[in-house]
Amino acid sequence: MSASDQPENKTIETVEELLAHALAMETEAVERYQELADQMDVHNNPEVAALFRKLAEIEKLHVDNVNGLSEGMELPHIAPWDFVWETPESPESLSTNAREVHYLMQPYHAIALALKHERLGVEFYAKLAAQSEREDVRKLAEELHATEVEHVTLLEQWLAKFERPEKGWREDPDPPLLQE
Amino acid sequence: MDATSACASFTARDYKSDVKPVWCPGCGDFSVLSAVTKALAELSIPPENVALVSGIGCSSRIPAYTNVFGFHGVHGRALPIATGIKVSRPELTVVASGGDGDGFSIGGNHFMHACRRNVDMTYIVMDNEVYGMTKGQASPTTAPDWEKSKLTPQGTGINPFHPLVIALASGANFIARGFSGDPNNVARIVAEAIRHPGFSFVQILSPCVTFRPEQRNWKDGVRAAPVEATTDPARAARRLMSDDGFNLGVLFRGDRKPFQPSMKASVDSVVALEEEFLL
Amino acid sequence: MTARSVSITFAGSGGAGVMTAGNMLLDAAGHAGWHGYMTRSSGAQIRGGEAAAMLRLSTEPVQSHDDYYDLLVAIDWQNVGRFAAEIPMGSDGLVLGDPDGGDFPEQIKAKGARRGDLPFKQMAKDIPGGRANMIALGVVAAMVGLPEDALMAVLHSSLKKKGAEALAASEASMRAGMAFAASLPEMPKLAPPKAVDKKLWSITGNEAAGLGGVRAGIRFVAAYPITPGTEVLEWLAPNLAKLGGVLVQAEDELASINQIIGASYGGTPSMTATAGPGLALMMESIGLSVAAEVPVTIVNVMRGGPSTGIPVKSEQSDLNIALYGLHGDAPHLVLAPNSLADCAFTTQWAVSLSEALQTAAIVLSDQSLGQSRATIAPPEDPGFRASRLRPSGAPEGRYRRYLNTESGVSPMAAPGMKGYQYTADGLEHNEVGTPSSAAGDHSAQLDKRLRKLTGHDYGAHWADIEGDGDIAVITWGSTTGPVREALERWRASGRKARLVSMRLLSPAQPEKLAAALDGASRILIVEQSHGAQFHRYLRAHYDLPGSVRVFHRPGPLPIRPAEVFGQLVNWS
Repeated sequence: MSASDQPENKTIETVEELLAHALAMETEAVERYQELADQMDVHNNPEVAALFRKLAEIEKLHVDNVNGLSEGMELPHIAPWDFVWETPESPESLSTNAREVHYLMQPYHAIALALKHERLGVEFYAKLAAQSEREDVRKLAEELHATEVEHVTLLEQWLAKFERPEKGWREDPDPPLLQE
Repeated sequence: MDATSACASFTARDYKSDVKPVWCPGCGDFSVLSAVTKALAELSIPPENVALVSGIGCSSRIPAYTNVFGFHGVHGRALPIATGIKVSRPELTVVASGGDGDGFSIGGNHFMHACRRNVDMTYIVMDNEVYGMTKGQASPTTAPDWEKSKLTPQGTGINPFHPLVIALASGANFIARGFSGDPNNVARIVAEAIRHPGFSFVQILSPCVTFRPEQRNWKDGVRAAPVEATTDPARAARRLMSDDGFNLGVLFRGDRKPFQPSMKASVDSVVALEEEFLL
Repeated sequence: MTARSVSITFAGSGGAGVMTAGNMLLDAAGHAGWHGYMTRSSGAQIRGGEAAAMLRLSTEPVQSHDDYYDLLVAIDWQNVGRFAAEIPMGSDGLVLGDPDGGDFPEQIKAKGARRGDLPFKQMAKDIPGGRANMIALGVVAAMVGLPEDALMAVLHSSLKKKGAEALAASEASMRAGMAFAASLPEMPKLAPPKAVDKKLWSITGNEAAGLGGVRAGIRFVAAYPITPGTEVLEWLAPNLAKLGGVLVQAEDELASINQIIGASYGGTPSMTATAGPGLALMMESIGLSVAAEVPVTIVNVMRGGPSTGIPVKSEQSDLNIALYGLHGDAPHLVLAPNSLADCAFTTQWAVSLSEALQTAAIVLSDQSLGQSRATIAPPEDPGFRASRLRPSGAPEGRYRRYLNTESGVSPMAAPGMKGYQYTADGLEHNEVGTPSSAAGDHSAQLDKRLRKLTGHDYGAHWADIEGDGDIAVITWGSTTGPVREALERWRASGRKARLVSMRLLSPAQPEKLAAALDGASRILIVEQSHGAQFHRYLRAHYDLPGSVRVFHRPGPLPIRPAEVFGQLVNWS
């Protein structure tokens, strides 16, 4: 990531490249939901674990969708650091950092975090649809954008069902445990 | 996964096991696991040809979470184990990993000598400036005024160790720093570290959500190193000595020849050696 | 007057060359068809220290010292008092010293031996390039009756690299010594050799241990120097390279033990050598090798302890740490060679056992075995080979590295075997290798790791058992030499006694010892440790019939055959 290592204004030029991005984004999102579900399992937070698993299931449908769109095509191989994301990871990969994830997190937090990343996905496609000079790429981006918008709407509705947890939800009366 | 890796034979998932990490949610080490598996997939190294060795500590739990040949040894000794594997099996890709306490305190001597020996392997230190597994004591990279440990309630009062400077002075052939909040770049650095001949040292700033919650702000402090990686140790030394610990990227690429004794036999059998004993 | 065995000490300080003289005498005796054994004693100085080369030449194979020295040749008297106690002499012994070097020291006079003058300085001055140690060698050769051609053959092969001039000077010195011997008081000459066996080896115990290792298949060694174990590593360095193996000099013993664990995990039979302080440092990681079931062999060449102790001298006091130094319940192998030649056999056996049982093997050699040189009949290769149980075919489901098998030994994969990836772990684990603190996993894995050792058939090599009768002497390691000799004398006097010299110390073999002691009513335990560690070990793990006596003392003074004989006499 030193100056010379910065990607040289990479852009998506072809439908295949776009599909490769879409597939990576959806697949990584599924894996991340599963990882977060595992983390919540390990930390005895079954409610949020179940929620993340459900989100993973939904996301899998997106993977299927992209796979369907790519049928018969050979997608280019892109190294993880060569994708054109403007986010540290693919936009729909939920952050795993301490600002966002906590073992005492509640469904509200999980959905809010998912929503944040789905919106990043929407933004990614929207930007591409607006900027791409190629008709086929633009068209596909719009299509993918529409799917993500649906997902965002769903999550918004879902989030509305939960109250925002009160301050102090992170507090644990017990100290951490000694391990090794 | 179906089509992403048209050219690559492996995906990151192929390098992950089904063992669920014990790390706290929010821990930076998850990203490091993700980055390492992505790097290996990108390099297309079959999982059975990779050895991942660690010592003791939170981050040292990493081998069990992978699907490569792992070794979770004792505290501080990941590097000698990795050295033994690599020198005796040079065709394997060997990665040692662990935390700052494991690598720089109890394993400090091995760190220096592994840099000096320059065996072709990669050492990844997930640095959170604290001992997590023993409930939050100061490590060699902890600031002197950190007062949150019961063991050093007034702070350690001693200057932190500068692992990159030590690595350079000891002869490491590749020195880089990554941040767990930027896993794709960590993956790139790790991939380059593995490819680079000789001993590659990668420090990854990896916040501890439990004992160092303030490290959540590292996200705002890190930056890409403003200059290109140098191959000149003297320039690297000047840079690293004035480094604030938040410059990310490859900082030094050396060209020292890796240590690897020849393994070509010159005799057919042990019997040939016995002649020297004849009167 | 001839003897079956003669004992000689060369003593001298800085630059006197007593070790060279001793080595040449040993080799020349071997050429002549005699057997020989040489130990060394030295001060702590790197160069210039007082030193003694102690030899025993014999018509029979010999791997331990006699009770007394027949001849002490002192090139000078510098600090000879520091090891005077290690050179017992009787009244018929002979001490030769240079009249120009001052009066004989009191400790030497006190031995009551005969004294003779040998004017080294003057003689050396009279010969261009004359060397006192070569004069001494010539004197000794003539006095013990060593054939001149054997001596000259060794002189030429040892010194040819130094050039014609040096060779001529040494030869002249040696001949001057031989001529001078006629004017000295007589001592017993060594009886003629029985049959000249030209295939004898000249070898040290440390070299033999290295040889045993590579015979078994050791191909990776990590080395950190420590007295008196270093020569095992120094022998291995060039020889491993010839075999296509690797030796790495490590930064410390923590590194060396972990490097061999790493290499062994990689599939290469691996070993290191050390001594007490190094072994202490390695302990934590030896436990790792036990828990993670990674075979390694550690040759520990014992020296005086505790702490830095007496690095250059022998003692059998690392038994406790070797047996009990690991934390947790950590069954492992402890073996001990009981002669210089046996360093090869026992190390080779230890490697093959460690590989077969996937655990750590500690081989307890000691300074008196390791740093001694002897001419011996070439030890045959007993055929022990490193052979690890490997999984075969494609794995069925998840590979269970720590599968709880009936024998306790689980197939061990090596990196590169597709589908067999696992994580070796020092944390308690389940069969797959995943860390587990569950009671069931802990007891199952503890049982398995014990069972594989206790269930193994170690055959007859667990001990050397000789003789019969109601007295049994139980010993181990280097004290076996003097015990064996004492028992030969005992039997020669028409009495009976049996020897049990234990080669396998862990796991204990109580049934086998009980059988070996069947009918014995008096047990004498002989060992070289202040704390009677071996006696306490026997008490902990075995039933000892009848009455038991213990003869033990710390190093550096070796146990002498006459002392063991005396113990037997007193008990009759």
